[in-house]
Amino acid sequence: MIALLLTLQGCSGLKPWVKPYERDNLADPIMSLSRHGYADSYMHHVYQSRESARGSEGGSGGGCGCN
Amino acid sequence: MVVTDRNRPVIRRRILAPLVLVALSGTALAVTLPEDSVDTLYHRYEGGGMVIDGPSVLVRKSAGPQVSFTGQYYVDSVSAASVDVLATASKYQEKRTELTAGVDYLHDNAILSLGYTNSSENDYEANTVYFSISQEFFGGLSTLNLGYARGDDTVGKVGNDNFSENTKHQNYQLGLTQVITRNLLLGLDLEAITDEGYLENPYRQNRYVDPADPTHFLYQAEDYPDTRTSLSTAFRALYYLPYRASIKAEYRYFTDTWGIDAQTFELAYVHPLGERWTIEGKVRYYTQSAADFYGDLFPYQNSQTHLGRDKELSSFAGTTLGTGVTYEWKQARLPGIDRVRFNLLLDYLDFRYDNFRDVTAPGNYLPGNEPLYQFDAFVTRASMILDY
Repeated sequence: MIALLLTLQGCSGLKPWVKPYERDNLADPIMSLSRHGYADSYMHHVYQSRESARGSEGGSGGGCGCN
Repeated sequence: MVVTDRNRPVIRRRILAPLVLVALSGTALAVTLPEDSVDTLYHRYEGGGMVIDGPSVLVRKSAGPQVSFTGQYYVDSVSAASVDVLATASKYQEKRTELTAGVDYLHDNAILSLGYTNSSENDYEANTVYFSISQEFFGGLSTLNLGYARGDDTVGKVGNDNFSENTKHQNYQLGLTQVITRNLLLGLDLEAITDEGYLENPYRQNRYVDPADPTHFLYQAEDYPDTRTSLSTAFRALYYLPYRASIKAEYRYFTDTWGIDAQTFELAYVHPLGERWTIEGKVRYYTQSAADFYGDLFPYQNSQTHLGRDKELSSFAGTTLGTGVTYEWKQARLPGIDRVRFNLLLDYLDFRYDNFRDVTAPGNYLPGNEPLYQFDAFVTRASMILDY
Protein backbone atom coordinates (compact mmCIF):
# COMPACT_ATOMS: atom_id res chain seq x y z
CA MET A 1 0.00 0.00 0.00
CA ILE A 2 2.79 2.39 0.99
CA ALA A 3 4.90 1.61 -2.09
CA LEU A 4 1.85 1.93 -4.28
CA LEU A 5 0.97 5.32 -2.85
CA LEU A 6 4.49 6.66 -3.12
CA THR A 7 4.71 5.45 -6.70
CA LEU A 8 1.38 6.95 -7.60
CA GLN A 9 2.10 10.22 -5.93
CA GLY A 10 5.65 10.58 -7.14
CA CYS A 11 5.40 9.49 -10.74
CA SER A 12 1.89 9.93 -11.98
CA GLY A 13 1.36 13.58 -11.30
CA LEU A 14 -1.50 12.60 -9.05
CA LYS A 15 -2.80 15.61 -7.11
CA PRO A 16 -4.33 15.62 -3.64
CA TRP A 17 -7.98 14.92 -4.39
CA VAL A 18 -9.48 16.13 -1.11
CA LYS A 19 -9.01 19.90 -1.03
CA PRO A 20 -8.32 21.74 2.23
CA TYR A 21 -11.78 23.31 2.16
CA GLU A 22 -13.31 19.82 1.95
CA ARG A 23 -11.75 18.59 5.16
CA ASP A 24 -14.25 19.82 7.75
CA ASN A 25 -15.50 16.34 8.57
CA LEU A 26 -11.98 14.92 8.79
CA ALA A 27 -11.03 17.70 11.21
CA ASP A 28 -13.85 16.79 13.61
CA PRO A 29 -12.44 15.31 16.86
CA ILE A 30 -14.61 12.23 16.40
CA MET A 31 -12.40 11.39 13.39
CA SER A 32 -9.31 10.86 15.51
CA LEU A 33 -7.91 7.32 15.77
CA SER A 34 -6.93 8.09 19.37
CA ARG A 35 -9.36 10.48 21.09
CA HIS A 36 -8.64 9.92 24.76
CA GLY A 37 -4.97 10.72 25.16
CA TYR A 38 -3.14 8.47 27.55
CA ALA A 39 -6.33 6.58 28.46
CA ASP A 40 -6.15 4.94 25.02
CA SER A 41 -2.53 3.98 25.55
CA TYR A 42 -3.40 2.42 28.90
CA MET A 43 -5.87 0.08 27.19
CA HIS A 44 -3.12 -1.21 24.90
CA HIS A 45 -1.15 -1.95 28.03
CA VAL A 46 -4.07 -3.91 29.50
CA TYR A 47 -4.27 -6.12 26.42
CA GLN A 48 -0.53 -6.62 26.07
CA SER A 49 -0.36 -7.91 29.62
CA ARG A 50 -2.96 -10.61 28.92
CA GLU A 51 -2.49 -11.48 25.27
CA SER A 52 0.55 -12.64 23.33
CA ALA A 53 -0.07 -10.33 20.38
CA ARG A 54 1.71 -7.00 20.51
CA GLY A 55 2.48 -4.10 18.24
CA SER A 56 0.61 -2.16 15.56
CA GLU A 57 -1.76 -0.72 18.13
CA GLY A 58 -2.14 2.41 16.02
CA GLY A 59 -2.79 5.92 17.14
CA SER A 60 -0.36 7.07 14.48
CA GLY A 61 -2.75 9.29 12.64
CA GLY A 62 -6.15 10.77 12.28
CA GLY A 63 -7.55 14.21 11.88
CA CYS A 64 -7.74 16.27 8.76
CA GLY A 65 -4.14 16.56 7.67
CA CYS A 66 -4.87 20.25 7.22
CA ASN A 67 -1.44 21.55 8.08
CA MET B 1 2.12 -31.82 44.27
CA VAL B 2 5.29 -30.01 45.17
CA VAL B 3 4.79 -26.40 46.08
CA THR B 4 7.84 -24.24 45.74
CA ASP B 5 8.26 -20.65 46.81
CA ARG B 6 4.96 -20.87 48.59
CA ASN B 7 5.05 -17.29 49.69
CA ARG B 8 6.36 -15.82 46.52
CA PRO B 9 4.51 -14.18 43.70
CA VAL B 10 4.17 -16.22 40.57
CA ILE B 11 2.76 -13.88 38.05
CA ARG B 12 4.32 -10.88 36.49
CA ARG B 13 5.97 -10.22 33.14
CA ARG B 14 4.86 -8.00 30.36
CA ILE B 15 3.68 -5.37 32.79
CA LEU B 16 6.56 -3.34 31.45
CA ALA B 17 7.73 -2.83 27.92
CA PRO B 18 4.29 -2.21 26.40
CA LEU B 19 4.08 1.42 27.37
CA VAL B 20 7.10 2.10 25.25
CA LEU B 21 5.10 1.28 22.18
CA VAL B 22 2.55 3.73 23.34
CA ALA B 23 5.15 6.41 23.48
CA LEU B 24 6.11 5.61 19.94
CA SER B 25 2.68 5.65 18.50
CA GLY B 26 1.02 8.33 20.50
CA THR B 27 2.89 11.34 19.31
CA ALA B 28 2.08 11.52 15.66
CA LEU B 29 -1.25 13.21 15.24
CA ALA B 30 -0.72 15.10 12.00
CA VAL B 31 2.17 17.48 11.67
CA THR B 32 1.59 20.05 14.36
CA LEU B 33 2.98 19.87 17.82
CA PRO B 34 0.34 18.71 20.29
CA GLU B 35 -1.21 21.43 22.45
CA ASP B 36 0.18 22.15 25.88
CA SER B 37 -1.84 19.97 28.20
CA VAL B 38 -2.11 18.13 31.48
CA ASP B 39 -3.55 14.63 31.06
CA THR B 40 -4.52 13.01 34.37
CA LEU B 41 -5.88 9.49 34.48
CA TYR B 42 -7.13 7.11 37.15
CA HIS B 43 -7.08 3.53 35.89
CA ARG B 44 -8.42 0.40 37.48
CA TYR B 45 -8.40 -3.22 36.32
CA GLU B 46 -10.35 -5.74 38.37
CA GLY B 47 -10.86 -9.37 37.44
CA GLY B 48 -9.38 -12.85 37.52
CA GLY B 49 -8.21 -12.30 41.09
CA MET B 50 -6.23 -9.21 40.15
CA VAL B 51 -6.81 -5.62 41.14
CA ILE B 52 -4.47 -3.12 39.52
CA ASP B 53 -5.06 0.58 39.83
CA GLY B 54 -3.24 3.86 40.08
CA PRO B 55 -2.81 7.33 38.69
CA SER B 56 -1.08 8.68 35.62
CA VAL B 57 -0.12 12.29 35.02
CA LEU B 58 1.25 13.43 31.68
CA VAL B 59 2.31 17.04 31.22
CA ARG B 60 3.15 18.57 27.87
CA LYS B 61 4.72 22.02 27.53
CA SER B 62 6.03 23.73 24.42
CA ALA B 63 9.14 25.86 24.25
CA GLY B 64 8.67 28.03 21.22
CA PRO B 65 6.90 27.02 18.00
CA GLN B 66 9.11 24.03 17.22
CA VAL B 67 9.80 22.19 20.46
CA SER B 68 7.51 20.45 22.94
CA PHE B 69 8.52 18.58 26.09
CA THR B 70 6.61 15.81 27.84
CA GLY B 71 6.93 14.26 31.25
CA GLN B 72 4.88 11.43 32.67
CA TYR B 73 4.44 9.72 36.01
CA TYR B 74 2.53 6.42 36.07
CA VAL B 75 1.79 3.94 38.86
CA ASP B 76 0.42 0.38 38.94
CA SER B 77 -0.58 -0.78 42.41
CA VAL B 78 -1.08 -4.53 42.14
CA SER B 79 -3.00 -6.88 44.41
CA ALA B 80 -2.63 -10.33 42.92
CA ALA B 81 -4.51 -13.52 43.66
CA SER B 82 -4.91 -14.86 40.13
CA VAL B 83 -5.22 -18.54 39.27
CA ASP B 84 -1.48 -18.66 38.57
CA VAL B 85 -0.67 -17.20 41.95
CA LEU B 86 -3.09 -19.34 43.93
CA ALA B 87 -1.92 -22.54 42.22
CA THR B 88 1.60 -22.42 43.61
CA ALA B 89 1.98 -19.40 45.87
CA SER B 90 0.14 -16.83 47.95
CA LYS B 91 -1.56 -13.55 47.29
CA TYR B 92 0.85 -10.65 47.06
CA GLN B 93 0.91 -6.90 46.61
CA GLU B 94 3.41 -4.75 44.80
CA LYS B 95 3.86 -1.43 43.07
CA ARG B 96 5.34 -0.43 39.76
CA THR B 97 6.38 3.13 39.00
CA GLU B 98 7.13 4.46 35.55
CA LEU B 99 8.69 7.77 34.55
CA THR B 100 8.96 9.08 31.00
CA ALA B 101 10.63 12.15 29.58
CA GLY B 102 10.37 13.11 25.93
CA VAL B 103 10.85 15.89 23.43
CA ASP B 104 9.18 16.55 20.08
CA TYR B 105 10.78 18.73 17.42
CA LEU B 106 8.78 20.16 14.51
CA HIS B 107 10.63 20.76 11.26
CA ASP B 108 8.69 21.60 8.10
CA ASN B 109 6.16 18.80 7.71
CA ALA B 110 7.88 16.41 10.08
CA ILE B 111 7.96 15.79 13.82
CA LEU B 112 10.95 14.09 15.37
CA SER B 113 10.36 12.55 18.79
CA LEU B 114 12.89 11.27 21.28
CA GLY B 115 12.21 9.85 24.71
CA TYR B 116 13.32 7.77 27.64
CA THR B 117 11.27 5.62 30.01
CA ASN B 118 12.23 3.99 33.28
CA SER B 119 10.01 1.39 34.91
CA SER B 120 10.82 0.12 38.36
CA GLU B 121 9.54 -2.67 40.61
CA ASN B 122 11.15 -4.42 43.51
CA ASP B 123 12.26 -7.25 41.21
CA TYR B 124 12.19 -5.73 37.72
CA GLU B 125 13.92 -2.71 36.22
CA ALA B 126 13.36 -1.58 32.64
CA ASN B 127 14.97 1.26 30.71
CA THR B 128 13.89 2.17 27.22
CA VAL B 129 14.80 4.82 24.67
CA TYR B 130 12.61 5.55 21.67
CA PHE B 131 12.82 7.61 18.54
CA SER B 132 10.19 8.31 15.92
CA ILE B 133 9.65 10.55 12.95
CA SER B 134 6.30 11.51 11.49
CA GLN B 135 6.22 13.08 8.02
CA GLU B 136 3.21 14.53 6.28
CA PHE B 137 3.14 14.70 2.49
CA PHE B 138 0.86 14.69 -0.54
CA GLY B 139 -0.89 17.90 0.40
CA GLY B 140 -1.58 16.68 3.91
CA LEU B 141 -3.47 13.59 2.80
CA SER B 142 -0.74 11.15 3.81
CA THR B 143 1.20 10.80 7.06
CA LEU B 144 4.09 8.39 7.38
CA ASN B 145 5.38 7.36 10.78
CA LEU B 146 8.64 5.53 11.50
CA GLY B 147 9.66 4.46 14.99
CA TYR B 148 12.36 2.58 16.82
CA ALA B 149 12.68 1.66 20.48
CA ARG B 150 15.31 -0.23 22.43
CA GLY B 151 14.82 -1.60 25.90
CA ASP B 152 17.14 -3.16 28.46
CA ASP B 153 15.55 -4.97 31.39
CA THR B 154 17.01 -6.46 34.54
CA VAL B 155 14.98 -9.31 35.99
CA GLY B 156 15.27 -10.15 39.66
CA LYS B 157 13.53 -12.54 42.02
CA VAL B 158 12.16 -11.75 45.45
CA GLY B 159 13.91 -13.83 48.08
CA ASN B 160 16.92 -14.63 45.91
CA ASP B 161 19.41 -11.79 45.85
CA ASN B 162 21.72 -13.78 43.59
CA PHE B 163 19.17 -14.05 40.82
CA SER B 164 19.72 -11.46 38.10
CA GLU B 165 18.98 -11.86 34.40
CA ASN B 166 18.86 -9.48 31.46
CA THR B 167 16.52 -9.01 28.56
CA LYS B 168 16.82 -6.78 25.50
CA HIS B 169 13.97 -5.61 23.29
CA GLN B 170 13.89 -3.79 19.99
CA ASN B 171 10.82 -2.38 18.23
CA TYR B 172 10.60 -1.29 14.60
CA GLN B 173 7.45 0.53 13.65
CA LEU B 174 6.02 1.76 10.36
CA GLY B 175 2.67 3.47 9.99
CA LEU B 176 0.76 5.21 7.23
CA THR B 177 -2.43 7.21 7.51
CA GLN B 178 -4.17 8.10 4.28
CA VAL B 179 -7.13 10.37 3.62
CA ILE B 180 -9.23 8.62 0.99
CA THR B 181 -12.28 10.87 0.75
CA ARG B 182 -13.66 13.83 2.69
CA ASN B 183 -15.28 11.24 5.01
CA LEU B 184 -12.89 8.30 5.01
CA LEU B 185 -9.50 7.77 6.60
CA LEU B 186 -7.41 4.59 6.35
CA GLY B 187 -4.49 3.50 8.49
CA LEU B 188 -1.91 0.78 8.00
CA ASP B 189 0.60 -0.22 10.68
CA LEU B 190 3.47 -2.68 10.68
CA GLU B 191 5.59 -3.53 13.67
CA ALA B 192 8.42 -5.98 14.27
CA ILE B 193 9.64 -6.70 17.79
CA THR B 194 12.65 -8.74 18.83
CA ASP B 195 13.39 -10.00 22.34
CA GLU B 196 16.60 -11.57 23.51
CA GLY B 197 17.67 -12.89 26.90
CA TYR B 198 15.69 -14.17 29.85
CA LEU B 199 12.08 -14.26 28.67
CA GLU B 200 10.55 -16.48 31.35
CA ASN B 201 8.76 -15.39 34.47
CA PRO B 202 11.10 -16.55 37.24
CA TYR B 203 8.17 -17.38 39.52
CA ARG B 204 5.97 -19.27 37.13
CA GLN B 205 6.02 -23.04 36.79
CA ASN B 206 4.56 -25.73 34.59
CA ARG B 207 3.29 -29.15 35.61
CA TYR B 208 3.91 -32.73 34.50
CA VAL B 209 2.38 -36.09 35.27
CA ASP B 210 3.81 -38.01 38.22
CA PRO B 211 1.66 -41.00 39.20
CA ALA B 212 3.63 -41.42 42.43
CA ASP B 213 2.51 -38.07 43.83
CA PRO B 214 -0.86 -37.94 45.65
CA THR B 215 -2.06 -35.23 43.26
CA HIS B 216 -0.65 -37.15 40.27
CA PHE B 217 1.40 -34.18 39.07
CA LEU B 218 4.41 -32.10 40.03
CA TYR B 219 5.66 -28.64 39.10
CA GLN B 220 8.89 -27.73 37.34
CA ALA B 221 10.49 -24.47 36.24
CA GLU B 222 9.51 -22.78 33.01
CA ASP B 223 12.03 -22.92 30.16
CA TYR B 224 11.41 -20.61 27.18
CA PRO B 225 13.56 -19.97 24.13
CA ASP B 226 16.05 -17.11 24.62
CA THR B 227 14.84 -15.22 21.56
CA ARG B 228 11.51 -14.18 20.18
CA THR B 229 10.62 -12.19 17.07
CA SER B 230 7.12 -11.07 16.27
CA LEU B 231 5.47 -9.27 13.39
CA SER B 232 2.12 -7.57 13.43
CA THR B 233 0.15 -5.65 10.87
CA ALA B 234 -3.05 -3.71 11.37
CA PHE B 235 -5.53 -2.12 9.03
CA ARG B 236 -7.97 0.55 10.21
CA ALA B 237 -10.79 2.47 8.56
CA LEU B 238 -12.52 5.46 10.09
CA TYR B 239 -15.65 6.82 8.43
CA TYR B 240 -17.65 9.98 9.09
CA LEU B 241 -21.36 9.24 8.97
CA PRO B 242 -23.79 11.74 7.42
CA TYR B 243 -25.39 12.70 10.75
CA ARG B 244 -22.12 13.60 12.57
CA ALA B 245 -20.95 10.35 14.06
CA SER B 246 -18.03 8.11 13.23
CA ILE B 247 -17.52 4.39 12.89
CA LYS B 248 -14.18 2.61 13.05
CA ALA B 249 -13.28 -0.88 11.89
CA GLU B 250 -9.98 -2.49 12.73
CA TYR B 251 -8.21 -5.76 11.97
CA ARG B 252 -4.81 -6.90 13.21
CA TYR B 253 -2.83 -10.01 12.39
CA PHE B 254 0.05 -11.17 14.57
CA THR B 255 2.59 -13.95 14.24
CA ASP B 256 5.79 -14.82 16.10
CA THR B 257 8.64 -17.31 16.15
CA TRP B 258 7.13 -19.13 19.11
CA GLY B 259 4.33 -20.39 16.88
CA ILE B 260 1.65 -18.00 18.09
CA ASP B 261 -0.76 -16.57 15.54
CA ALA B 262 -3.38 -14.07 16.63
CA GLN B 263 -6.14 -11.99 15.12
CA THR B 264 -7.92 -8.95 16.53
CA PHE B 265 -11.19 -7.49 15.27
CA GLU B 266 -12.68 -4.26 16.55
CA LEU B 267 -15.68 -2.10 15.71
CA ALA B 268 -16.23 1.26 17.43
CA TYR B 269 -18.90 3.94 17.19
CA VAL B 270 -18.72 7.57 18.39
CA HIS B 271 -21.81 9.77 18.65
CA PRO B 272 -21.81 13.42 19.79
CA LEU B 273 -24.79 14.71 21.75
CA GLY B 274 -24.86 18.44 21.33
CA GLU B 275 -21.77 20.58 21.66
CA ARG B 276 -20.34 19.16 24.85
CA TRP B 277 -21.25 15.51 25.23
CA THR B 278 -20.04 12.50 23.26
CA ILE B 279 -20.93 8.87 23.82
CA GLU B 280 -19.24 5.83 22.34
CA GLY B 281 -19.30 2.06 22.23
CA LYS B 282 -17.06 -0.70 20.95
CA VAL B 283 -16.82 -4.43 20.45
CA ARG B 284 -13.49 -6.22 20.27
CA TYR B 285 -12.71 -9.86 19.63
CA TYR B 286 -9.29 -11.45 20.00
CA THR B 287 -8.16 -15.01 19.33
CA GLN B 288 -4.75 -16.68 19.38
CA SER B 289 -3.17 -20.10 18.92
CA ALA B 290 -0.81 -21.62 21.47
CA ALA B 291 2.97 -21.40 21.48
CA ASP B 292 4.77 -24.48 20.16
CA PHE B 293 6.17 -25.28 23.60
CA TYR B 294 3.00 -24.62 25.59
CA GLY B 295 1.45 -27.44 27.57
CA ASP B 296 -1.15 -27.52 30.31
CA LEU B 297 0.18 -30.87 31.51
CA PHE B 298 3.42 -32.36 30.23
CA PRO B 299 3.67 -36.19 30.12
CA TYR B 300 6.81 -36.38 32.26
CA GLN B 301 9.60 -34.20 33.64
CA ASN B 302 11.59 -32.28 31.04
CA SER B 303 9.65 -34.01 28.29
CA GLN B 304 10.74 -31.40 25.71
CA THR B 305 13.42 -28.77 25.24
CA HIS B 306 11.23 -25.77 26.06
CA LEU B 307 8.37 -25.86 28.53
CA GLY B 308 5.72 -23.27 29.23
CA ARG B 309 2.35 -23.17 30.99
CA ASP B 310 1.81 -19.45 31.00
CA LYS B 311 -1.86 -19.06 30.08
CA GLU B 312 -1.00 -16.12 27.84
CA LEU B 313 0.87 -18.67 25.68
CA SER B 314 -2.13 -20.98 25.41
CA SER B 315 -4.93 -21.02 22.86
CA PHE B 316 -7.76 -18.72 23.90
CA ALA B 317 -10.23 -16.03 22.87
CA GLY B 318 -11.19 -12.75 24.48
CA THR B 319 -14.16 -10.47 23.98
CA THR B 320 -14.44 -6.83 25.06
CA LEU B 321 -17.53 -4.68 25.28
CA GLY B 322 -16.73 -1.04 25.90
CA THR B 323 -18.62 2.16 26.46
CA GLY B 324 -17.71 5.70 27.35
CA VAL B 325 -18.83 9.26 27.75
CA THR B 326 -16.89 12.48 27.19
CA TYR B 327 -17.75 15.98 28.37
CA GLU B 328 -15.85 18.79 26.72
CA TRP B 329 -15.84 22.39 27.85
CA LYS B 330 -14.20 24.63 25.28
CA GLN B 331 -14.88 28.00 26.89
CA ALA B 332 -13.56 27.16 30.30
CA ARG B 333 -13.85 30.07 32.67
CA LEU B 334 -10.61 29.19 34.33
CA PRO B 335 -7.74 31.57 33.66
CA GLY B 336 -5.20 30.17 31.24
CA ILE B 337 -7.29 27.10 30.36
CA ASP B 338 -8.42 26.73 26.74
CA ARG B 339 -10.33 23.48 27.00
CA VAL B 340 -11.25 20.82 29.53
CA ARG B 341 -12.26 17.25 28.71
CA PHE B 342 -13.60 14.66 31.11
CA ASN B 343 -13.70 11.02 30.02
CA LEU B 344 -15.26 8.05 31.75
CA LEU B 345 -14.60 4.77 29.95
CA LEU B 346 -15.79 1.33 31.05
CA ASP B 347 -14.78 -1.95 29.46
CA TYR B 348 -15.92 -5.48 30.18
CA LEU B 349 -13.43 -8.21 29.21
CA ASP B 350 -14.13 -11.92 28.97
CA PHE B 351 -11.38 -14.51 28.37
CA ARG B 352 -12.00 -18.20 27.67
CA TYR B 353 -9.12 -20.66 27.42
CA ASP B 354 -9.06 -23.72 25.18
CA ASN B 355 -6.24 -25.66 26.81
CA PHE B 356 -5.45 -24.04 30.15
CA ARG B 357 -7.12 -25.82 33.06
CA ASP B 358 -8.04 -24.41 36.44
CA VAL B 359 -6.08 -26.43 39.01
CA THR B 360 -7.70 -24.38 41.80
CA ALA B 361 -11.23 -25.51 40.88
CA PRO B 362 -12.96 -27.21 43.83
CA GLY B 363 -13.47 -30.94 43.46
CA ASN B 364 -11.34 -34.00 42.89
CA TYR B 365 -10.11 -34.07 39.34
CA LEU B 366 -7.46 -36.20 37.74
CA PRO B 367 -4.76 -34.09 36.10
CA GLY B 368 -5.92 -32.91 32.73
CA ASN B 369 -9.60 -33.23 33.65
CA GLU B 370 -9.99 -29.99 35.56
CA PRO B 371 -12.44 -27.47 34.08
CA LEU B 372 -11.04 -25.12 31.47
CA TYR B 373 -10.21 -21.72 32.92
CA GLN B 374 -12.12 -18.56 32.12
CA PHE B 375 -12.46 -15.18 33.76
CA ASP B 376 -13.89 -11.74 33.23
CA ALA B 377 -12.70 -8.29 34.23
CA PHE B 378 -13.77 -4.68 34.35
CA VAL B 379 -11.51 -1.85 33.29
CA THR B 380 -12.32 1.68 34.38
CA ARG B 381 -10.60 4.78 33.06
CA ALA B 382 -11.47 8.23 34.35
CA SER B 383 -9.45 11.07 32.92
CA MET B 384 -9.33 14.83 32.80
CA ILE B 385 -7.38 16.58 30.06
CA LEU B 386 -6.66 20.29 30.39
CA ASP B 387 -5.38 22.20 27.36
CA TYR B 388 -3.71 25.45 28.27
